[in-house]
Amino acid sequence: MTLWEKMKASPVLGGKEGVISLAVLAAIIFVVLPLGLDIFRLNLIGKYLTYAFVAVGLVMLWGHGGILSLGQGIFFGLGGYAMAMFLKLEASDPLSTKIQSTPGIPDFMDWNQLTALPWFWEPFKSLPFTIFAVLTIPALFAYIIGYAMFKRRVGGVYFSIITQAVALILSILIVGQQGYTGGVNGMTDLRTMLGWDIRSDSAKYILYFVNGLLLFGAIFLSKYIMSSKFGMLLLAMRDKEERVRFSGYDVSNFKIFIFCLAAMMSAVGGAMFTLQVGFMSPSFVGIVPSIEMVIFCAVGGRASLVGAVYGTLLVNYGKTVFSETYPEMWLFLMGGLFIAVVMFFPSGLAGIWDKYATKYGWFKDKAPAKKLEVSTSKVEAQAVLTETSIETSLATDSTGVATKRSPRKKADATSAIEGNKLRGAEA
Amino acid sequence: MSTLNRRGFIKGAMLGAMMAAGLVTGHAFAADYPTAKVNTTGLAVTDTTVKVGILHSATGTMAISETGSIQAEKLAIEQINAMGGILGRKIEVVQEDGASDWPTFAEKAKKLLEKDKVASVMGCWTSASRKAALPVFEKDNGLLFYPTFYEGLEQSKNVFYTGQEATQQILAGLDWIAKEKKAKTFYLIGSDYIWPRTSMKIARKHIEQHLGGKVVGEEYIALGDTQFGSVINKIKLKRPDVIYAAVVGGSNVAWFKQLNAAGLNSSKQTMLTISVTEDEVLGIGGENLAGFYSAMKYFQSQDNDANKKFVEAFKKRWGKDAVIGDVTQAAYLGPWLYKAAVERAGSFDVDKVQAALPGYEFKDAPEGPVTVEANHHLTTKLRIGQWGKDGQAKVVYTSGYIKPDPFPKGYQ
Amino acid sequence: MFGYSMADIGNIVVMQGFSGLSMFTVLLLMALGLAIIFGQMGVINMAHGEFMTIGAYTTVLLSKVAATYGFTNYYFIFAIAIAFLLAFAVGYFIEFIMIRHLYKRPLDTLLATWGLSLVMQQIFRSTFGAKEVSAELPEWMLGSFKPTPDIDIPINGVFVMVLAALVTFGVYMFMYKSRWGLRVRATVQNRTMAGAVGINTSKVDRVTFALGCGIAGIAGAAFTTIASTGPTTGTLYIVDSFMVVVFGGAASIVGTIASAFGIAQAQSILQFFMTSSMGKVSTLLVIVTILMMKPEGLFASKLRK
Repeated sequence: MTLWEKMKASPVLGGKEGVISLAVLAAIIFVVLPLGLDIFRLNLIGKYLTYAFVAVGLVMLWGHGGILSLGQGIFFGLGGYAMAMFLKLEASDPLSTKIQSTPGIPDFMDWNQLTALPWFWEPFKSLPFTIFAVLTIPALFAYIIGYAMFKRRVGGVYFSIITQAVALILSILIVGQQGYTGGVNGMTDLRTMLGWDIRSDSAKYILYFVNGLLLFGAIFLSKYIMSSKFGMLLLAMRDKEERVRFSGYDVSNFKIFIFCLAAMMSAVGGAMFTLQVGFMSPSFVGIVPSIEMVIFCAVGGRASLVGAVYGTLLVNYGKTVFSETYPEMWLFLMGGLFIAVVMFFPSGLAGIWDKYATKYGWFKDKAPAKKLEVSTSKVEAQAVLTETSIETSLATDSTGVATKRSPRKKADATSAIEGNKLRGAEA
Repeated sequence: MSTLNRRGFIKGAMLGAMMAAGLVTGHAFAADYPTAKVNTTGLAVTDTTVKVGILHSATGTMAISETGSIQAEKLAIEQINAMGGILGRKIEVVQEDGASDWPTFAEKAKKLLEKDKVASVMGCWTSASRKAALPVFEKDNGLLFYPTFYEGLEQSKNVFYTGQEATQQILAGLDWIAKEKKAKTFYLIGSDYIWPRTSMKIARKHIEQHLGGKVVGEEYIALGDTQFGSVINKIKLKRPDVIYAAVVGGSNVAWFKQLNAAGLNSSKQTMLTISVTEDEVLGIGGENLAGFYSAMKYFQSQDNDANKKFVEAFKKRWGKDAVIGDVTQAAYLGPWLYKAAVERAGSFDVDKVQAALPGYEFKDAPEGPVTVEANHHLTTKLRIGQWGKDGQAKVVYTSGYIKPDPFPKGYQ
Repeated sequence: MFGYSMADIGNIVVMQGFSGLSMFTVLLLMALGLAIIFGQMGVINMAHGEFMTIGAYTTVLLSKVAATYGFTNYYFIFAIAIAFLLAFAVGYFIEFIMIRHLYKRPLDTLLATWGLSLVMQQIFRSTFGAKEVSAELPEWMLGSFKPTPDIDIPINGVFVMVLAALVTFGVYMFMYKSRWGLRVRATVQNRTMAGAVGINTSKVDRVTFALGCGIAGIAGAAFTTIASTGPTTGTLYIVDSFMVVVFGGAASIVGTIASAFGIAQAQSILQFFMTSSMGKVSTLLVIVTILMMKPEGLFASKLRK
């Protein structure tokens, strides 16, 4: 078997269409955009792509798991702040802060009469610890929230509103504790990472590619999870939670796991955001950014990983372009987009693409995509969200998703889950 | 409004400004200053135009405050263009929307400097937006004119601060109220973010160390909170001589309305605020403010020729209901100071402009003469205004000139 | 005690009690409309705050008209009525073009109405300008009422309180004593069966939604007496409103009342003893913690899933 055939056959990648859609996305991110844009615009794209981490997490959590978190900004913020703390400490060496009453601590601490570095800042002098913190603190936080809620079967709307409240609490706390967090200004003027100037053009190119690679890592991990048995269970849970529970599965553990994973991805996005933009502020933690991130995901297609990336790029690019030309129109457009996507295109760009791909039979004989903006894999195509379309997609013969298929023995599935957890931790 | 009107006005109003800068008419300059000479760093300066950016929030929660600044900057630029521009070059405005979102400010600042190559930027309003954009200005060596009164603790060679820093606004005001009202006890209240907190820190030190007074309470309100019942009760229990307030945004309106409703109007309670300008009064309502004091460097009601002309021009351009607050006036100074600096330097190059501006005295500022200091802040006077029901303040006290001191010793 | 006289403390207790009550009625007014929409229909209306803003702008405009024609003293009553009708009409229309298509997808109504709230904010901004405006209040509503020389009871607080009581009473009568209320409750309990006995369920939905919006309009009008009016005013209230409704248990009006009372008292007392912003954070934390332990809220109706 050639590599091409192997890839086509892989359920993880989602068949021929899945492979092509990933390849197209990779080509756009790694070749077309870097060649076609100057570093200023590319840096902007890099910033948008950090939101795509959140959107990819939401595809799993919301699109496949049916859990709508309106608090993903919490995790994006925690990851971003962890990275910002490291960079801020590096930027606050005694020499460049000699004007302060206490040199060597971040400027905002000095303004707030702190005379020593708070204890919880100390470990962030180390980069390995910071990276460790980016990956674990948000996940741990998600675990606590998830455990408290899913174990008590809080779901649906209640979960959304509570996560929203947590986002609000966290942003008020960050703003209020400005001696420790920089308050509403956030942590600004971050300059170097281990002596490497992150503001230079070359650093921006490198960070852009690192960001792209990490994003693809997140997508592959998600694809892997979704094509596994756990992915099927997730869908089953979304559609008929009671049945899955009665079949002997511990639904809450699955939910907690996927919530933690989505949190971890958001946190990586947050950390990359801080690196590329050079600061972090509470305006990414609160309610508004959290909901906006859900919209990125919804526009791309809430069940499509690749779609979520396109959705994020498209909405943010639109925001930049429109707010430059018609600032007045922008909110109308954004609001209208929300409404239109939810009402008429619940499966987003991916759904539209899919419709036309099926209608014209593009993937039967013709290979590459004519339009670049949308793409989806076969597995995801079945996961469109409206109730009616779920019914129909269940009825159609499918290769991967099997919500109707009765779950096998529990032991079997749990071991599969364990495996996923391990792999999740590796990434 | 027709060009004729504007020209007519300009002749009267701005002749003085030109004379002050020691200049004659505009058009002669273009030939005297060839583009190759005045623009050696690749800015967007042609033989006939120069690009200047305006970077404020036109949308989002901050649009409430920043709209006035945009209007003032545009008015000043139109007036400058009507006079022939800067070194014979008309100003072309590139306006960007910061959308009340701090990272957007950084992004747009970058766009203005790197894509549009603007020669200078008038913009930012909140400290958070300035802090976000500042690294961009420093890295790309841009020039920012920042209009808002702010907490100080900053001094960048790339920024000119046309509003007051904290000590300019606070110290003289406290001195006045302590003397005038024989105040001994103070209650400090502000919104919960950096500007009120820093201001209150300075106020507390001044009250305790220099005025021999006592701070009986210090309170911070979450941004956007509109429930003040408990806070007002605390104040009633402490009975301070003076409430010193720096509440902002929607909370500000709720604060005054509820204070009044709780019986604490100006006949019973002295209050000095550093966060109410004519712009805020629209939302608060004059009847809720009547009798309270504000400490600002500028009030719309100021009675001098430059101000009368400014107010008239502003209303002509933006409607007769338009009001002008402290920051709006400070924003109006930006383009004029930039013009003066370029003409003093004889060049648009940022480094030369930066070097040329300190020491310049702008005699025809609506607020009265101001001088740019070496630390890029302005030497100004402080005024105390007492609000009337009509939403205008009567100036009851004017200080002497106060030098800016963004890093005040003994107050940190 | 703490250097204050007993009389001082007594006065403060009275006034603090009143400010707790006053906050209670504010929260109640905010949440009632939402409780009807969310509790009875399961629709999450993120644009609830913007319906309040409709009411607030109505009042501001009417106060200008009143100032011109000299009926400032009693325009407020008209303002409330018109605010209700306007918000009701807009709500009716929105239900027709948008909400009714989304009943089966509660999470999607959340997103769609969030989009709606953005659009409405921009409409307010384009129409009335970005600056905050203020309604001129009639003389009798300013100042305070003094049972003793040292106690001040804010008149606008009393006004909001009376209004909240009236609205709550009205809602109660509507829901439990009228034919319409009967239909609404029937539809909530069993839509199919209600339809089968001849109730026009889609019309019931529309009126219920519009009623919730109308009450938001009244709340908005009332809040012009205590807070500001601007394009984004609604966003200040939305999270608080949801907390009250969810905390109370969605489908129960008694629950909403109880939770508004509890939250208001907790916040009011905490803000007295802590700083204001920490008081707010602590209250929210307590609510979230309780909700995590008792997700169905304080007064959940016993429903089989």
